[in-house]
Amino acid sequence: MTDRPASELPPRPGVGFKSKHFEALTHDPGAVAWIEIHAENYMGDGGRPLAQLDALARRFPVSVHGVGLSIGGEAPLSREHLARLRRLVDRVKPASFSEHLAWSTHEGSYLNDLLPLPYTRATLQRVTDHVAEVQDALGRRMLLENPSNYLAFAESEMDEIAFLSGIAEATGCGLLLDVNNVHVSAVNQQVPAEAYIDAFPMGLVGEIHLGGHDAQEDETGAPLLIDSHGAEVADPVWRLYARALARGGPKPTLIEWDTDVPDWPVLEAEAARAAAILDRERAPA
Amino acid sequence: MSIDLKSLSVASAVAAALTAGGGMAQAQAQEKCYGVSLAGENDCAAGPGTTCAGTSKVDYQGNAWTLVPEGTCSDIELPAMADGTPREGSLEALERDLPA
Amino acid sequence: MSEGGFTRALMAPELPVPEGLVAPGGRPAGARFDVYRNNVIVSLTDALGVAFPAVRRLVGPVFFAAMAREFLRAHPPRSPRLALWGAALPGWLEDFPPVAKLGYLPDVARLEQALREAYHAADASPIAPERLGALPPERLMRTRLHLAPAARALASAWPALSIWRGETPAMRAEEMLVARPGFDPVALSLPEGGAAFVDRLSEGLPLGRALAPVPRGFDLAAVLGALISGQAITDLTEAT
Repeated sequence: MTDRPASELPPRPGVGFKSKHFEALTHDPGAVAWIEIHAENYMGDGGRPLAQLDALARRFPVSVHGVGLSIGGEAPLSREHLARLRRLVDRVKPASFSEHLAWSTHEGSYLNDLLPLPYTRATLQRVTDHVAEVQDALGRRMLLENPSNYLAFAESEMDEIAFLSGIAEATGCGLLLDVNNVHVSAVNQQVPAEAYIDAFPMGLVGEIHLGGHDAQEDETGAPLLIDSHGAEVADPVWRLYARALARGGPKPTLIEWDTDVPDWPVLEAEAARAAAILDRERAPA
Repeated sequence: MSIDLKSLSVASAVAAALTAGGGMAQAQAQEKCYGVSLAGENDCAAGPGTTCAGTSKVDYQGNAWTLVPEGTCSDIELPAMADGTPREGSLEALERDLPA
Repeated sequence: MSEGGFTRALMAPELPVPEGLVAPGGRPAGARFDVYRNNVIVSLTDALGVAFPAVRRLVGPVFFAAMAREFLRAHPPRSPRLALWGAALPGWLEDFPPVAKLGYLPDVARLEQALREAYHAADASPIAPERLGALPPERLMRTRLHLAPAARALASAWPALSIWRGETPAMRAEEMLVARPGFDPVALSLPEGGAAFVDRLSEGLPLGRALAPVPRGFDLAAVLGALISGQAITDLTEAT
């Protein structure tokens, strides 16, 4: 499984698909070469969401990005949800499937947030088992995404990169490097983001995420960044992105914009900015 | 009414529906078009973080719940009742019209 | 640190931040934990507001947000598909004392839930309405009208449809058909007895038997007009 590329997406910009951008995408996608959808929004029986998805899938490579599998959770994965994912993957035949290093369901209740877990040998085994189960259920390799961290666990025994690398090694999964999450987590934990990028196993990266964040302060006045996906990609994140590409070469790159979704030209301009950095990386030195 | 007469009245209702059907779609078309909100989308973004919604506890049991619905008066004004009593614009007034 | 302890503190703001969660320098996580509290409560409150815009408009956004917090603690989503979360809201509103005086509110919520279900229902092609008109009367009575998966009827003791539309109704009972011509659901008015009649069609009764219990003066033409305009009839078959 590890001989194949971590995803079949082109090493060009994509955008998270929002219904209001359907016309623009089908008429003049500009710099946008592929789209990503949140799997859970396409699990109805019919109607506009699936019709739009079918139409887009005929034209663009599609990345299916799950937000609700709770791979980092203590409970067994939901068989029902895995079956729904399988149906969607069979329908769309996506170029990539990815999910988060996080949990979101506890005792059957879905909390609708990507919640953190400690990095211990026990949780490493649990997430490894879950990733292997997802890959078996979907019959394909998946990408696992690094989270945004607002706090840390005193009980953690290893750092995040060691944790992600351990899962990839044990399961053959690829990684999704969310550069905004790297920046958000580094600022929140007061560690250098560059060191994280420099240590990340770029060879396993099948996709990169870029998105906007919100800047707050905690009660001590320390900076607290929130992964809001509601703004342009920030300059430090663009710099980290260029640094990651310099190490790993061009990668499929998603612009994520989920709240206060802008009009198409604003989103396309972000994709064009990523395209320019990708082109620079592609150009012979 | 004989079976035949009833069948005939049903057939004439069908004819009337076929004539009126298109017009009804026009007349009642104003409700459509909220596809995006009906989609009810999941995403993987965090909230803006400025709100304290998650850190405040509301409990309607006992005295803690002091909020009352505030939108009913501003959005709907009802006509005066038959006896001329104004309804104060609140749909709560509908209770007065309910059969016991 | 167990998931259970994390979740309990997440959903109960009066509980302390769980131990073992740390900010830079190893100090307790403090307000950083509140980011997660806010994410859960705000995202689910927003999802409910998007799902029930008329309920939100009727009680106002501040009240709605406070009400949503109570509802989501009582009925958190049981699946990661938020698209249909909230089916329990109408029944919950019936027993929520602060809205006891807004008797129509549960039915407005029922209508909004029906619209959401219709939006995500399976696709179906409507028949050409002329097929119905082409049937001779005696065969018409034996004919089953197959309805689209999106079609559903509701009967309210309140003017729930008019209130949902933002009108200023007099007190009356209203019945309605939710259907989906194309991709955009519609809510169409039905005459008295219309909702029960549509339910009987859904159960597979032929037209003649579905008509047997209707009230005097039943306006069949209006019901059929709504079904046709809602593109809710997907096939006709004759009962043997």
